[in-house]
Amino acid sequence: MFAFAIRSLAQGVLVLVTVAFIAFSMFRFVGDPVVNMLGQEATQQDRQELTERLGLNDPWPIQFARFLGDAAQGEFGVSYRQGRKVSDLIRERLPATLELAVLSAIFATGLGVLLGVYAAINRTGFVSNVIMTTSLIGVSLPTFLIGIGLIYIFAVELRWLPSFGRGEVVRLGWWSTGLLTESGRKSLILPVLTLGFFQLTLIMRLVRAEMLEVMRADFIRFARARGIADRSIELRHALRNTLIPVVTIAGLQLGSVIAFAIVTETVFQWPGLGALFVNAVQFADVPVMSAYLMFVAAVFVIVNLTVDLLYFILDPRLRSGRRVAKGH
Amino acid sequence: MMAADETAMDPVLSVRNLSLEFVTRRGVLRALNEISFDIARGEVLGVVGESGAGKSLTGTAIIGLIDKPGRLSGGEIWLKGQRIDNIGHDGLRKIRGRRIGMIFQDPLTSLNPLFRVGDQIAETILTHMPVSKAEARARALALLTEVGIPAPENRIDAYPHEFSGGMRQRVVIALALAAEPDLIIADEPTTALDVSVQAQIITLLKRLCRTRGTSVMLITHDMGVIAETADRVAVMYAGRIVEIGPVADVIRHPKHPYASGLMGAIPALGAKVQRLTQISGAMPRLNAIPPGCAFRPRCMQAIGKCAEAVPPLVRVGATSARCWLHEEQDERSAAHG
Ligand SMILES: Nc1ncnc2c1ncn2[C@@H]1O[C@H](COP(=O)(O)OP(=O)(O)O)[C@@H](O)[C@H]1O
Ligand code: SF4
Ligand SMILES: [Mg+2]
Repeated sequence: MFAFAIRSLAQGVLVLVTVAFIAFSMFRFVGDPVVNMLGQEATQQDRQELTERLGLNDPWPIQFARFLGDAAQGEFGVSYRQGRKVSDLIRERLPATLELAVLSAIFATGLGVLLGVYAAINRTGFVSNVIMTTSLIGVSLPTFLIGIGLIYIFAVELRWLPSFGRGEVVRLGWWSTGLLTESGRKSLILPVLTLGFFQLTLIMRLVRAEMLEVMRADFIRFARARGIADRSIELRHALRNTLIPVVTIAGLQLGSVIAFAIVTETVFQWPGLGALFVNAVQFADVPVMSAYLMFVAAVFVIVNLTVDLLYFILDPRLRSGRRVAKGH
Repeated sequence: MMAADETAMDPVLSVRNLSLEFVTRRGVLRALNEISFDIARGEVLGVVGESGAGKSLTGTAIIGLIDKPGRLSGGEIWLKGQRIDNIGHDGLRKIRGRRIGMIFQDPLTSLNPLFRVGDQIAETILTHMPVSKAEARARALALLTEVGIPAPENRIDAYPHEFSGGMRQRVVIALALAAEPDLIIADEPTTALDVSVQAQIITLLKRLCRTRGTSVMLITHDMGVIAETADRVAVMYAGRIVEIGPVADVIRHPKHPYASGLMGAIPALGAKVQRLTQISGAMPRLNAIPPGCAFRPRCMQAIGKCAEAVPPLVRVGATSARCWLHEEQDERSAAHG
């Protein structure tokens, strides 16, 4: 267990350092930071001073080490465009993205597992066929179309829900939440559905396929031969075995929900990190871009570590060491 | 037609003219044909025959676990005077595990890898018996002790992967016996095991069933195991029972040429084993079973009649066989008897 955890952790750190290197390289290859910060009219003197002050004359390994040290503390310098610290910008935008992503994740996994199990158990039923057909649409429609479609139906035609923004938010320290006001909650519904829909259909199809596979296993047949009730076979014996492979893929999918909320945030003008990133790209705002890159990498690493940990909880074959009985 | 008088008056299991077919796109395949046999209380019936003969299907048909394209197309199955082939899903569920225990070939895959063995045994007990959880666990512990798991009080909370193959099959036996069934169907219970533990597992199974008076249907292709373990033996070929009778008679004086060929494969038992036939060739597939006797293409003693009609199962001395060679003999013995 310990060795396993260390290995996962080491892998995570390696990924982060690699991505950090790419983020760091962006500063050198995407525009000239000095020009970006001072504008075109600055004198040669000003430029040299800033170059020196930013440490850009140091050899690159030293610069990279400095970048890593700053990144570890959440510092990514100052936004070229907004002139504010990137860490402040991120902190401001993070709650919007996390609230959206976590709710989407709960929606997608919760309903996805439920529907997947249902469709596996009632394989030939009418409802299962409806679910499977609908899921095919979910898998094939691009997210922005789903978002626009939902806006058209629920915001434009029915006028039930707002089509953009977070509504009223309540501040709790540096965190801002939309969950405590009615307009905040209403504003969350369409973006959550849009962001979660693809993952929902994916997880559902995955759960169904895995579960059908597990139901063919010998131990399920043996459980039947022991007279165990169908519900217990499906929801205890089969489901737990189904969830083990599902956890990995669902985990990675959820990582990508958090990381790539970009499209949904753009469609709904959601003031989150994705929207911040899209703006940064338009203006080659490298500090913001590199910070976002690091954020995405960190999310994936954290999700991966969590998945590894979940494996341990779910699968006793990994948990216990070599305690195999000697002899026969 | 079937010689049932040699078994006890009141059989635990009685299979009557059981037929099973698979409905496929290319037509209906008959996998089991007019299978009839009884198993008395405490009796061990060995079932032998080469791979694909229908041994496993017979076992799974009895506990009603035949999968989709397959269906019973005739016959009856009686368990202690109750007909069980037509009692529906819920009725069968109360029979499975409770009245008939099953042991499959591969102990590695028979147990759910994510559940502790003690919990799996207790689950079976709780499903069928009105006992408390504590009582179920106590019984699980007793069963593990009985099947010879060392330090059972420690092992009861172990997971299947923490046991060796032989130990796992002992756990599977404990599971099959958990609700004290009348009959155990053991489908090649040692085939997947290391040769060194096969005999131990068979001995264990035999001892446990004998002390409980549990009947056993022991499916195997190991004639040595049959010779040592079974009271009677049924020889299957291409979906039919071709010979059935007391084990000593079938082994020493097999009446069916296929049975004779099989007996040629047993190691010496002290008795004179004559090798009458050398079996060459392979058993026909279900879609290519020849008319008449299915064994004819491989039979060295075939006569004209063999290609025309399926021979009936007739009493020949102590056993019953499905072979035209014994038809007249049967009529004679019937006349004399
Ligand atoms: N689902 C199925 N569809 C078609 N044929 C099947 C199916 N299951 C088993 N059979 C056939 O039934 C016959 C008997 O199989 P089985 O009882 O497993 O034989 P064995 O004596 O080796 O245990 C075999 O010829 C096999 O091919
Ligand atoms: S019936 Fe004919 S072909 Fe079949 S086993 Fe007897 S002799 Fe051989
Ligand atoms: Mg078999």
